Amino acid sequence: MLRTEEMLLNVGPQHPSTHGVFRLVITIDGETITEAKPVVGYLHRGTEKLAEDLTYTQIVPYTDRMDYLSAMTNNYIVVHAAETLMEVELPERAEFLRVIVMELNRIASHLVWFGTYLLDIGAMSPFLLAFREREQILDLFNDLCGARLTYNYMRIGGVKWDVPEGWLDQVRAFISNMREKLKEYEDLVAGNEIFLNRTRGIGVYSADEAIDYGLSGVNLRAAGVDWDLRRDRPYSVYDRFEFDVPVGKNGDLYDKFTCRMEEIRQSLRIVEQAVDQFPEGPVMAKVPRVIRVPEGEAYVQMESPRGELGCYLVSRGKDKPYRLKFRRPSFYNLQILPRLLKGENVANLVAILGGIDIVLGEVDA
Amino acid sequence: MTEKDREKEKQHETHPGGEPAGKTESHKGGNDRFLRDNQPDEQKGAVQSQGKGETDSDTVDSSDVKQPADSAAKKAAAAAKAKAAAAAKAKAAGAAKGGSIPGRASAKKKKEPPEPSPKQPVLDRWVRIIRGALGEEAVEDAMINRPNGHLPTLFISKDRWLEAARLLKEHEELAFDYLQNLAGVDYEEHMEVVFHLFSMRHRHAVGVRVKTERENPEIPSVTCVWAGADWNEREVYDLLGIRFTGHPDLRRILMPDDWVGHPLRKDYEPFDEGV
Repeated sequence: MLRTEEMLLNVGPQHPSTHGVFRLVITIDGETITEAKPVVGYLHRGTEKLAEDLTYTQIVPYTDRMDYLSAMTNNYIVVHAAETLMEVELPERAEFLRVIVMELNRIASHLVWFGTYLLDIGAMSPFLLAFREREQILDLFNDLCGARLTYNYMRIGGVKWDVPEGWLDQVRAFISNMREKLKEYEDLVAGNEIFLNRTRGIGVYSADEAIDYGLSGVNLRAAGVDWDLRRDRPYSVYDRFEFDVPVGKNGDLYDKFTCRMEEIRQSLRIVEQAVDQFPEGPVMAKVPRVIRVPEGEAYVQMESPRGELGCYLVSRGKDKPYRLKFRRPSFYNLQILPRLLKGENVANLVAILGGIDIVLGEVDA
Repeated sequence: MTEKDREKEKQHETHPGGEPAGKTESHKGGNDRFLRDNQPDEQKGAVQSQGKGETDSDTVDSSDVKQPADSAAKKAAAAAKAKAAAAAKAKAAGAAKGGSIPGRASAKKKKEPPEPSPKQPVLDRWVRIIRGALGEEAVEDAMINRPNGHLPTLFISKDRWLEAARLLKEHEELAFDYLQNLAGVDYEEHMEVVFHLFSMRHRHAVGVRVKTERENPEIPSVTCVWAGADWNEREVYDLLGIRFTGHPDLRRILMPDDWVGHPLRKDYEPFDEGV
């Protein structure tokens, strides 16, 4: 038997496979990882601190920059927190618009994951395909609110812009196009021998572990926990749509892949129903010009593409929050990484990290 | 603004005879911000349009006008405005005397409708379980957070928090196995760590608040109960300076290791070596 020596290896912070600025200090013995220590905080901008000095409307653009792959859901959580304490009734059209953009954003986010994940484990072309389709969603958002990534679209009491003419037809066209493309993706990847070898039975954890670590979203469902806030704690108008929640069995990387692909399909279903039932009316509720949130505290939660996105808001009745805390799903999901990497082959590091689907802007807030 | 409102309320309570009875009612209703959302939307709209182009305080004051919706509305509005101005003067005088009241509790009471919350029996049952196992003093207080979807909220003594956390997770009836959220708040007179727990088995949620003093804040770590608490406790320590005793690796997580101070504390002063 060959004698091996332990070696310290530094991954990141600047490394393409970390999807941001994330550092990982690993100890390797031969090709086996014996210990992994994540180091985060490189992108910390103090969003929560800044929010204490901003009015509620001013906070919304800052949330765009947390999970920048899914800014719509981030917009939603902060206005939802304030609306919960203010007990604002939203116009239907605003609720529908919110659901449509949030689900489109979920698709865009999962497409980025799909593309970059396969790039991580060595497949080039899915990246190009996924970004081609994602571009259509970004164009839709561009038409709707003038921005491709940082939308600043939602306001307390509704949304900023009503749909432009013909926009809903473009969404319909996108849905049918995306459905076809999704099949193409799966044909291309799901049966691929190399892909299966690199994902099946890798990075496995149990349902109990997932719950213990506070994982959420696909990371939780892939382990077999049937839990989706859109269905189980309905917010906005999600209770009006029919959709299934894909759940995995083994908690390995392959289950995460199938869950995310199926989620795209289900999101398309939700968008389709929302477009069909799209109501007339205003897109903003009548709210005071200066928003003051009544005294109190509330924790609200929603299903973002990465998991349970929450917001804990403490208000003292002023136009600025007293304390605003974001429950950031990437931050929780990343915690299980040292446990997953221990004893793992070093070649699987990137595959496991990518499978969690983190956005460092969100981890570091 | 809350201070002002409280002052206003207090004034109405102490001198109700100072104004015509009917008017006092409408005035009160308009001033109570918590009642404002119960008004029908059209009325709110009217308020808003009247408030346009005026200063903030005027916007609030003009809400006095929303009750008289008849033809005499304009007259009444002018009268109410004059009255509001007078009230504001009196209020300012009162404030100058330093007559501020710690109105948190009274404001809460006002807001709550009289009928008991549907979650009240559940909360009572949970409090009984915890008190039964850990003693009377383990649960300092309990309440229903109404605007937050009637979330049962427990105030747990920090000395018993670790045992209480174990009980919350392991008790058959409670089974809070999922840590949803962990946040620290600096309330200036004390610090608080807030836990939002969820039970995947029973599908119920609870909010737990643990108070600690502001000087040298410290509460027991619960990483051994919920593994997910690890980084969150580090974050709270990093940003608020609350120490979690028994945490395996309590270091800064978001700020640089050599940072001075804890930014989310209300008395935080940025430290700059160059100055």
